[in-house]
Amino acid sequence: MAQLPPVKIKDDDREDDSDLSPFFGIEKGAVLQEARVFNDPQLDARRCAQVITKLLYLLNQGETFTKMEATEVFFAVTKLFQSKDIGLRRMVYLIIKEISPSADEVIIVTSSLMKDMNSRTDLYRANAIRVLCRITDGGLLGQIERYLKQAVVDKNPVVSSAALVSGFHLLKSNPEIVKRWSNEVQEAVQSKASLVQFHALALLHQIRQNDRLAVSKLVTSLTRGTVRSPLAQCLLIRYTSQVIEETSANAQAGDRPFYDYLEGCLRHKAEMVIFEAARAITELSGVTTRELTPAITVLQLFLSSSKPVMRFAAVRTLNKVAMTHPAAVMNCNIDMESLISDQNRSIATLAITTLLKTGNESSVDRLMKQITNFMSDIADEFKIVVVEAIRSLCLKFPQKYRVLMNFLSNILREEGGFDYKMAIVESILILIREIPEAKESGLSHLCEFIEDCEFTYLSTQILHLLGNEGPKTADPSKYIRYIYNRVVLENATVRASAVSALAKFGAAVESLKPRILVLIRRCLYDNDDEVRDRATLYYNYLQQGGEQEKFLFNGLDVPLVNLEQSLQSYEASERRFDISVVSRETKHQPLEKKTPASKKAAKEATQKGYANGHLTTSPSDAYEKLLNSVPEFAGFGKLFKSSPLVELTEAETEYSVNAVKHIYPEYLVLQFNCTNTIKEQLLEDVSVVVDTSEAEDFVQVASKKLASMPYGAPGQAFVAFQKPEGVLSVGKFSNILKFRVKEVDPNTGDCEDEGYDDEYQLEELEVTAADYVLKTVVTNFRGAWDAIDAENEKVDEYVIGVRESLQEAVQAVTTILGMQPCEGTESVPSNARSHTCLLAGQFIGGAQVLVRLQFGIDAQKQVAMKLTVRSDDPAVCEQVHEIIGSA
Amino acid sequence: MYRSTLELRGMSRVSAPLIKNILLLDSEGKRVAVKYFSDDWPNLASKLAFEKSVFTKTQRISARAEAEIGMFDGYVVVYKFISDLHFYVTGGDEENELILATVLQGFFDAVGLLLRSNVEKKTVLENLDLVLLCLDEIVDGGIILECDASVIAGRVAMRGAEADVPLSEQTISQALATAKEHLARNWAL
Repeated sequence: MAQLPPVKIKDDDREDDSDLSPFFGIEKGAVLQEARVFNDPQLDARRCAQVITKLLYLLNQGETFTKMEATEVFFAVTKLFQSKDIGLRRMVYLIIKEISPSADEVIIVTSSLMKDMNSRTDLYRANAIRVLCRITDGGLLGQIERYLKQAVVDKNPVVSSAALVSGFHLLKSNPEIVKRWSNEVQEAVQSKASLVQFHALALLHQIRQNDRLAVSKLVTSLTRGTVRSPLAQCLLIRYTSQVIEETSANAQAGDRPFYDYLEGCLRHKAEMVIFEAARAITELSGVTTRELTPAITVLQLFLSSSKPVMRFAAVRTLNKVAMTHPAAVMNCNIDMESLISDQNRSIATLAITTLLKTGNESSVDRLMKQITNFMSDIADEFKIVVVEAIRSLCLKFPQKYRVLMNFLSNILREEGGFDYKMAIVESILILIREIPEAKESGLSHLCEFIEDCEFTYLSTQILHLLGNEGPKTADPSKYIRYIYNRVVLENATVRASAVSALAKFGAAVESLKPRILVLIRRCLYDNDDEVRDRATLYYNYLQQGGEQEKFLFNGLDVPLVNLEQSLQSYEASERRFDISVVSRETKHQPLEKKTPASKKAAKEATQKGYANGHLTTSPSDAYEKLLNSVPEFAGFGKLFKSSPLVELTEAETEYSVNAVKHIYPEYLVLQFNCTNTIKEQLLEDVSVVVDTSEAEDFVQVASKKLASMPYGAPGQAFVAFQKPEGVLSVGKFSNILKFRVKEVDPNTGDCEDEGYDDEYQLEELEVTAADYVLKTVVTNFRGAWDAIDAENEKVDEYVIGVRESLQEAVQAVTTILGMQPCEGTESVPSNARSHTCLLAGQFIGGAQVLVRLQFGIDAQKQVAMKLTVRSDDPAVCEQVHEIIGSA
Repeated sequence: MYRSTLELRGMSRVSAPLIKNILLLDSEGKRVAVKYFSDDWPNLASKLAFEKSVFTKTQRISARAEAEIGMFDGYVVVYKFISDLHFYVTGGDEENELILATVLQGFFDAVGLLLRSNVEKKTVLENLDLVLLCLDEIVDGGIILECDASVIAGRVAMRGAEADVPLSEQTISQALATAKEHLARNWAL
């Protein structure tokens, strides 16, 4: 660890602390000097304890010791075992843990600690066990295992708990030793001491966690018996819901096993148990209203508790339930409403957002009134949560958009930081996109907002949106005034965006063009370069019209991120940059992961995606490089598309394998990313055997093994196939992972010489028509559609059958075709009877394809679809129809 | 070899309640005593940043009569203040809030017992050894070791380690008083 500057205690403004803190003016060097008293032949126990406290104080304040300093202190501390002073001994235990000596130093204290482990004094035994287990390595553990086993069943709870908790930690590094204590641990589960029972249960479950049957047995026997400790009861509830989760995956309908136990826990006398059980019930998968009711009832009681912690716990849980079972939570609405005025703003915010989720259409107006008062006295971070809840409420009740949009525009005008304003603007943008009726009023709210907006970033975002959406509205001219005001009143960045927005109106609305030209001409003498340049460019192009105008306003038909990457790797040379080599594939965002940090990142990424108006992409260059490095694949031509990762194993199996399908014009390469998750094994000669009996078009031409796969280091095996060119060959591949296993000692890293062959069944991998289609972004669909000869159009009608909603039908067809929805047409307004969805893509071979899907749904939820395809290559049009026809 | 993947599914998310850290800060947000049990904060800078964030978000709140609670930076934090000291216990966002509150109460009351109800920054620093031992007796590597205040205080004082250590009368009556208080509070609900 890096050396940090000494802790600053001598700040001028802390002068008055001098009489407060006994550590005033403390310095590491001086304390290390003082530590020499540990070596005195006549130990002064009191003094020594004080010095240890000072050392601990330094560590606690973030001070670090160099390796040498730590070693010195450690050796000196070991001398203190000579003292019989109890208080000093306790401090010695603590500082040894804090210094965490290295393996070769541990040996010095081992004998002293082992002596204490056999002491008649229980507290010595307990502490010595904790210290020894903390600092020891595997080798020593064998020597003391016998004592630890005894300690687990010691009659004194402090000793037993120390051994059990230490066992819990050791299980990670030395599972085989701890597993041998099973019998003793099982005995300790029956202990009368409540914490011992808790520790024993935790350890026992941890030991058996990979044995489903054993866990199930454990739960069965304990739920019948008496578990005294509330903490142990909470554990048992967690394990029970895990067992329920696993059995119900197989079981058919009927009474859920162990539900009665969970329900019984709702009447336990300890609140933590009641809450744990209530939460467990709400989280059961496919929980029914009948099962939920008793849990909701106890949570409702918690809502009026005098303890903030209980109110918080209850409202947080109910908030989650409201997402899936809003009706079940509605009984609590009155209690929730009183929580809006809770002193604790976290509770109030959770209550509000829960109400927003459970509220029905008729209560929206009343709720919004209450929230308006509430918004004025909470911090921005809570306001953002409320704004997000209102956004989803509006998406749920699109008819209420007027009230909600008004609310958003009102809070937009109030004071607030950037993040808060950003959240509101984002919400309005999303509502404009999702609810067509809300578009005009949303745009005019935004227009008013930019009249008085202090954030340049938001102003430019909104101007950009106005430029895109304004010309499509019924009365485009009314936006011109707002935009031109920006040119007059704002800073250079906003002026530049305003000029661009004006130009878009000019290009899109022929009748406005002369007036726009007048306005832009006024910008030609702006004192900022960028504004002047834009004005000049647009002025000229608008006057000329035609091709150049199209180029300017239709946008690029390649994803910007791909373009950026190509430009970065482009080296200035004789060769000119060719935009046609830029990949047109749009890739989706990686799925949100469930850790707080990445959740935030993913959220930011999606927001960015919305803000830019198109999806961001991740580079496929890495794949290309990887494949080019394999000599066998050299003659395959240019890589057309790499699919997203397909998992071929379930999570947390011994070997984790996922696959990528790489499509070439005449070849298919399957890349298997394999990870060995077993510490005790080294895998060699790893290959994937692929059976193509259900994929007859494909002929295997190469297979590349992975020579060695140690624990935790991912590697790739490849299998390559030839396929007919110009045909969209589809099929199913069944895969078996073959390898040679060699046992490895995880402690020493030694590996046995002889291994044995083994195999592991993987899940099937399917190649579908969508694998031959790249998603491409077309910003001006109309223009692109008209640009393709209408001769090459093919129309047909299909009956899709009964679907829950049009949205579902749109989703299904889009997925089958693997194409990119354009202009936000993938979202269907709720209750719509018909919908048109526009798709764009590029087929293997390079042909651009545009698809117009027109859906209609009747009262019986029968969905019919008219599919219109245009492409430069008539054969491709046929292929699209074939895909749909055969799906 | 082809072990059913079913039996492994979802196992890892079931865990014993884990404490991420326990913090004792002063009225300016400076460290008095802290203990981290999780690698979520890998270095001093991230630890200090977390402490600062939690302190600034809670400093205006009166958490003196009852423990208060909030979600900060994706963690559940329960806290209680007394004189110029702020006590915090942090858990993951899925943790049972009432368990965290029990640990907080155990720590809070144990310090009160050890300092004979004289809980303020000055006395805590003068008896820092006891407070650090207290942290060591409450949680071990994230696992709750004990949350009964009088048991914790007894272990910190190594009471009973030697047969002839006299048990101070005052401490016993104090322990009883706290126990009664405990009961009263629990029954009140």
